[in-house]
Amino acid sequence: MEERPFSDIAYEQFLNEEKLMGSRCTGCGALFAPPRPICLECNGSEMEWVEMKGKGKLHAFTCIAVVPPSMMGEGYGRDHPYCSGVVELEEGPRVVARIEQVDTSKPEEIKVGMPLTVKFLHRGEGEGKKTFLAFKPLR
Amino acid sequence: MHKRRKLGRGVAVVGAGMSKFGLFKDKDSKDLFVEAFHQMISSVDKGVDPRDIDALYLGNFTNDFFMHQGHWGPIVSDLIGLAPKPATRTEGACASSGLAFREGVFAIASGFYDMVLIGGVEEMSKRSTEEVSEGLALASVPYEGRVGFTFPGVFGALATVYFDKYGATREHLMNVTIKSHSNARLNPKAQFNLSIRDIMEAKVESARKKGKPLPNWRDEKEFLRDPMANPVVAWPMHLYDCCPISDGASCLLLVAEEMAKNFTEDPLYVVGIGQGSGRGLHACDDLTYFEATRYAAKEAYEMSGLKPEDVQIAEVHDCFSLAELINIEDLGFFKPGEGYKAVEEGLTRLDGPKPINTSGGLKCKGHPVGATGAAQLYEIWEQLRGKAGERQVPIKDLRIGAAHNLGGTGGTSTFTILERR
Repeated sequence: MEERPFSDIAYEQFLNEEKLMGSRCTGCGALFAPPRPICLECNGSEMEWVEMKGKGKLHAFTCIAVVPPSMMGEGYGRDHPYCSGVVELEEGPRVVARIEQVDTSKPEEIKVGMPLTVKFLHRGEGEGKKTFLAFKPLR
Repeated sequence: MHKRRKLGRGVAVVGAGMSKFGLFKDKDSKDLFVEAFHQMISSVDKGVDPRDIDALYLGNFTNDFFMHQGHWGPIVSDLIGLAPKPATRTEGACASSGLAFREGVFAIASGFYDMVLIGGVEEMSKRSTEEVSEGLALASVPYEGRVGFTFPGVFGALATVYFDKYGATREHLMNVTIKSHSNARLNPKAQFNLSIRDIMEAKVESARKKGKPLPNWRDEKEFLRDPMANPVVAWPMHLYDCCPISDGASCLLLVAEEMAKNFTEDPLYVVGIGQGSGRGLHACDDLTYFEATRYAAKEAYEMSGLKPEDVQIAEVHDCFSLAELINIEDLGFFKPGEGYKAVEEGLTRLDGPKPINTSGGLKCKGHPVGATGAAQLYEIWEQLRGKAGERQVPIKDLRIGAAHNLGGTGGTSTFTILERR
């Protein structure tokens, strides 16, 4: 379906296009997201792109209050933490993502296992445009 | 095709030194390394001529970022009069000097060199907490940084999985912190050589002087539960779950085993070394252990013929309180999911059956990242030779000690077992 290399650059280009993509080994069927150019199961290098449905559940998370300068620019800080997490996709692979629309002032109420759905965070314009993978609670 | 690994020839440690760890506005990386180096030279019982050192392996993670100065191998070799002999910098994030030690061992074991200096240095205090946080995050995998993970954030996320799987809570992390502080109180080189109770008393005293209302914590845990005293960094990691920002340096002198007695009647022998590598958070099958550590441990145990129960004391990489729990399980000291119970029962205390982080660990001794691996081995050197002063463990026939160094978010791990004969 797509001729792009199975690279991080391509992964991010797809995020820009609001697609969460993984790679599947055509030899053994193993599925990877983010994509890998080399299969961890059989060492094969023949991959194909697969679009993930963008549904999953929260596997691990943290609410970060001491934030790096890049996140300060988004207005986060000690009084306004943000949440990052590991999401287990319905298809099996796990991805790291921002977790949006959760109350980071009450982390005790954010639960491992909660169902999530994908959300693409677009930041910046033109050449500087970046898209970050995020998930939000499935309501 | 599994092969039991062994060294081409034996290697011994005959000297060790470390600078005091802490925040030093008036000292730079060179000053700190000289401090460690001088102590190392004076620790060699029968003396050593530093001009006999064949090569230097130096761990440094990211002075490039923190100090805008890279290429620390030759800077240090020139500093100590070793140049033009070779100097090699090793980088494995927070395991950088664990790697330096291992490369030094290999260099001697191969027969190429007879005497090697290994060490590490890091200077972090001249940057803001936020900048240091960003610098350390260079060692996570690229995906993690992009979605905002910091180092405390990664370990916070691991904690949520550990808690969920094993039923541990924040209270169990506090047990690690309290133990580390009570050990560090006895370590004059530690950045925080204060128990939690000492810190509580100091805060009460400070409030009294300022005429503010006196805090009234019943015990250490109540203090650690107080969000004013112990604010969140990356939930559930709070301030007292996290190692500090530190400056420091450390080094050890390695020689071929057959030469060891020329320098001391009491050398320590390298009986097991292991190293593993790991993956990003997204690619780990299970976030309650580090694959890299389990691999390193297996390699070191197989090489030494020893079992986890043979290791009498260990320094493990407690960059965060949660990491100490994972490490003591990965190294086989306790079963998976039982590390937190062992700490709660006091098994890892200085006077317990398996003392862990007698130095106070990274949490209290400090964590100048590139210097940490060698500084852990310095503690084992002091303990095994019975020179650890007030914090000497009360184990009779202390013979086997080990150090575990972890880089990044589990990307690099080394495990080293030393023996006193």
